[in-house]
Amino acid sequence: MTRLDSKIPSGPLESKWDRHRFSEKLVSPNNKRKLSVIVVGTGLAGASAASTLGQLGYHVECFCFHDSPRRAHSIAAQGGINAAKNYQDDGDSVGRLFYDTIKGGDFRSREANVYRLAQVSTQIIDQCVALGIPFAREYGGQLANRSFGGVQVSRTFYCRGQTGQQLLLGAYSALCWQIERGQVTMHPRTELLDLILVDGQARGIVSRDLVTGRISAHTAHAVVLATGGYSNVYYLSTNANGCNVTATYRAWKHGAAFANPCFTQIHPTAIPPGGAHQAKLTLMSESLRNDGRLWVPKVSSDHRLPGDIPPIDRDYFLERRYPRFGNLAPRDIASRAVKVVCDEGRGVGPGGQGVYLDFSEVIEQQGLEVVRERYGNLFDMYHRITGEDAYQVPMRIYPAPHYTMGGLWVDYNLMSTVPGLFVIGEANFADHGANRLGASSLMQGLADGYFILPYTIGHYLATAKLLSIPDDHAEAREAIQRVETRVNRLLTVKGRRTAAMFHRELGTLLWNHCGMSRNEGGLTSALQSIPKLREEFWRDVMVPGSGSAFNQELEYAGRVADYLEFAELLCHDALHRHESCGAHFREEYQTEDGEPRRDDGRFAYVAAWQYRDGAVPVLHKEPLAFEFVPPTMRSYQ
Amino acid sequence: MKFTLNIWRQNGPHERGRFITYEAQDVSPGMSFLEMLDGVNQRLLGNGEEPVAFEQDCREGICGSCSLVINGIPHGPDQGITTCQLYMRRFSDGAFITIEPWRAKAFPILKDLVVDRSALDRIMQAGGYISVNTGGAVDGNVILIGKDQAETAMDAASCIGCGACVAACKNASAMLFVAAKVSHLATLPQGRPERARRVSAMLEAMDREGFGSCGNQYECEAVCPKNISTRFIANLNHEYLRAGIVESSLPSEPESPHAESS
Repeated sequence: MTRLDSKIPSGPLESKWDRHRFSEKLVSPNNKRKLSVIVVGTGLAGASAASTLGQLGYHVECFCFHDSPRRAHSIAAQGGINAAKNYQDDGDSVGRLFYDTIKGGDFRSREANVYRLAQVSTQIIDQCVALGIPFAREYGGQLANRSFGGVQVSRTFYCRGQTGQQLLLGAYSALCWQIERGQVTMHPRTELLDLILVDGQARGIVSRDLVTGRISAHTAHAVVLATGGYSNVYYLSTNANGCNVTATYRAWKHGAAFANPCFTQIHPTAIPPGGAHQAKLTLMSESLRNDGRLWVPKVSSDHRLPGDIPPIDRDYFLERRYPRFGNLAPRDIASRAVKVVCDEGRGVGPGGQGVYLDFSEVIEQQGLEVVRERYGNLFDMYHRITGEDAYQVPMRIYPAPHYTMGGLWVDYNLMSTVPGLFVIGEANFADHGANRLGASSLMQGLADGYFILPYTIGHYLATAKLLSIPDDHAEAREAIQRVETRVNRLLTVKGRRTAAMFHRELGTLLWNHCGMSRNEGGLTSALQSIPKLREEFWRDVMVPGSGSAFNQELEYAGRVADYLEFAELLCHDALHRHESCGAHFREEYQTEDGEPRRDDGRFAYVAAWQYRDGAVPVLHKEPLAFEFVPPTMRSYQ
Repeated sequence: MKFTLNIWRQNGPHERGRFITYEAQDVSPGMSFLEMLDGVNQRLLGNGEEPVAFEQDCREGICGSCSLVINGIPHGPDQGITTCQLYMRRFSDGAFITIEPWRAKAFPILKDLVVDRSALDRIMQAGGYISVNTGGAVDGNVILIGKDQAETAMDAASCIGCGACVAACKNASAMLFVAAKVSHLATLPQGRPERARRVSAMLEAMDREGFGSCGNQYECEAVCPKNISTRFIANLNHEYLRAGIVESSLPSEPESPHAESS
C-alpha cells in the first residue's frame, strides 16, 4: 500500500465541496449506460446509493443478505436525523453542526468531510420529504424538531420512534422504482464472500446464494460496500443478528486499509442483559434522556425499592458530574459514567448491571399523557421485555455496543485504498471520529448514498482505465475457488461446539478487555487468547448440512470465523492508542477525577491498518490537521 | 419452564413437510420466543441434527423478518407485536405449542419455517414509490402538511412488510399491505400526482402474484404487529374507485409511466 492520500481539496472549508464537484470529471450519459456498479448492502447508504446511481443511468447490481432490501438494520434506528435547517431559529447553522460533530468526535475526524456532511444535511431532509417520508409536523404544517443526543439546539427530524424505518422505506421505495425501470438488478438472499481484484482494481464480488448455495462471480466497473458496522463482534449488541464484518474484513484482506477499529460506540441506554440465553440487547432510544433522569442509590448497601429511596439518598450522577449537559451528556461519557457507578457496586437490578432511568418527575410535571405520547412505544417495548411498567417504576438501563465509528479507510471521495472499491455509511470510518453524536448515523448514511458517492464515483469511472472483463475472468475463477475451499473447510471440521458458543466466548472476552474501558494488560491477554480461540474454532466447530442448500448455520459460522480474525485487529488498534479519546477509554490515560486524557501531540491521526498474511498488521498514519476548529479538551462539565 | 413444540419441518420448496415434536427445556419466563427456539436449535446441533430454519434479524419488532404462526395465529397470541417480541412468560408451563410457517400460495416455503415473501417486493416495485429523482427537491417546509394528516400517513407507513396479514387471511389477500402503502402516499401531497396509477399498478401486481381478494373479516388487522387499521382498506377501495374515474379521462393507451428513452 502506498501513502494514504486523503485527497482533501485545498481552499476555504465552506467552498471545498463545491469546487471539488466542479473540478471532478463527469461521465457522459451515453457512457453511463455502458458502466455497471456493484452495491453491496441495502441499508440507508446502500439503498440510496443504488437508487441514485440507477437514476443517473449506470447499471447497478445490488446485493443484500435479507429476503428483501427493506430489512437492513438502518430500519431499527429510532431517534431521528440531524440537519442544519435552523427551522427553530435557535442558533443552528451548518457551521454549528460541523463544530458539534467535530467536537463530539473528540477531534479524531476530518474537518473537510464533516463540513461537507453538515452542508448536505439540509438537502437530505428536502429529498426525504419529496420521497413522502411522514416526518413529524407541527399543527401549522411545518416540520417538527427535537433536541437529541448531547447538543444544545433542536435540529433532529423524526418520525415517532421509527425514523430509521421511515427513511429506509423511503430509500427502498426509490430503489424499487429503479428496479422497475431495469436500472437496478436486485439480488436478495445473497451474501458477499470475496472480492475480485483485476490489476489492483476492485472489479467484482463472489457471492453465495443463500437459498441454493450457489457460489458465483459478478463483475462490474466499480464496487461499493455499504455493509454496516461490526458491533456484533461483541456477540451481544443492539445490532440485528445478521449484521457482520465479513464484507469489510474480506476487503481488508485484499489490501483496503482498516481505520480506527477501536472506536466502537457503547450506547448508554439499552435494556440490561437477562441471562445466558440472551441473543441481543434491545436499545431504548436516547430521546428518553430528554425527560428521564439517571440515578443510582448513593450507597451500595441501599437495597430499598426505587420508590422508597428519598431524593436525598439518590445520586443523579450525570447531573452531578456534568451539570451543564446533565442527562444529555454524549453517549461515550454517559456510558462510562454508568460503568463507574456500577463498578462501585451501586448498580441496580440482577447482577448490579443497571442504573435507573426515572420519569416520575416529568410525569408529575407534565402529566402521564404527554409522556405516553412522546415515548409510548418505548415504554410498551420495555414492558414486554422486562414485565415492568415504567410509568410506575423507573426503567433500568445498561450500556451496550451499538455503532462502530471505525471502518474501512476512505479518502474524501469515499474510495478505499483499493482503487474502485468505495465504502459508504457505517462501513467506512470517515465522519464521526472517536464518537458519534445521536441522530448522525442516518444523516451520514444518506449523505454518502444520495449526495456524495454518486458524484465522486463518476470521476473515478471517467478517469480510470477499465477494460471490460467477463464473469469467468481468471481472477474471478480464483476467487470462486477460494470461497468454495473455505465453505468446504467449515463443513468438514465436524466438531462438537456450535458457532454460537465460539461467538459468545469471543464476545465476552472482548467486552471484558476491549469494551467500555481498556488497559494494556487486558488487551495483551486478549491478543493471546483470540488466536487460541480461533484455532479451537477451526478444530472443533460443528456446521451441519451441506453447502449447496439453505444452511443458516453455515452462514453464521462463516461470519463468526471472520469475527475471530477481526477481533485481533480491534485489540491491536486499542493497544497502540496510548490515549483516551471518545469511545476509546484507556484506563492508564485519565485525569484524577476519571475524565479521559487525550494526547493530540502523539495521536491526532487516523490509524489505518494494512493486512499482512500471518503477521501483525502494519500501521499507517493519516495526520489530522485542525485548521478551522482548534482542538480543545472536550469538557461537558 | 418446559414446553412441547410441534414444529413444521420441510426440506425444500418441492418436498413434503410434516410436523415433528420437540421438547423445550430449561426455559425461563424472561426468554423471548425466538431465544427459546435458539435453545432448541443449540440442542439439536449438539445431537448432530439439523436445526429448525426460521427467519429473524433485528429482534425488536421492526425489520419484519420473523414470521411464525404460533398456535394458529401469526406472530402468536398477543396483539400488536411480532414473534420476536413475544416472551415465554405469556405461556403457561408445560404448554403444547404448534409452530408453522406463513401459509399462502404467494409465499412458497423455502425451508422449515422460512417462506419466500418476494411477492411483496414486486408489488412495491409496481408502484409503491414517488417517482422523484435525487437532488433538486424543494425546501421541506414548502410543502405544509397538517399534523393530523402526517400522523395518518405515519400510521399507514408503519407497515413492516412481514406478511402476517396475508398469513391470517383465508383468501391469503395482501389487501392490508397494499392499503397501507397506497394510503401512506395518497394521504401526502407529494404522493398525489401518481395516486391513480399507483393504486392500479399495485393492485394488478397483487393479483398477478397470486394473492386473494379481501374477505372483509378483519383477521389481517387483528394480527398486524403494527396495528394497521382496516380503514386503510376502505381508503384503498376509495382510491381504486377514484382511479377508475380519473383513468377514464387519461389517454386510452398510456405508455408505461416509467418508460425512458432507452
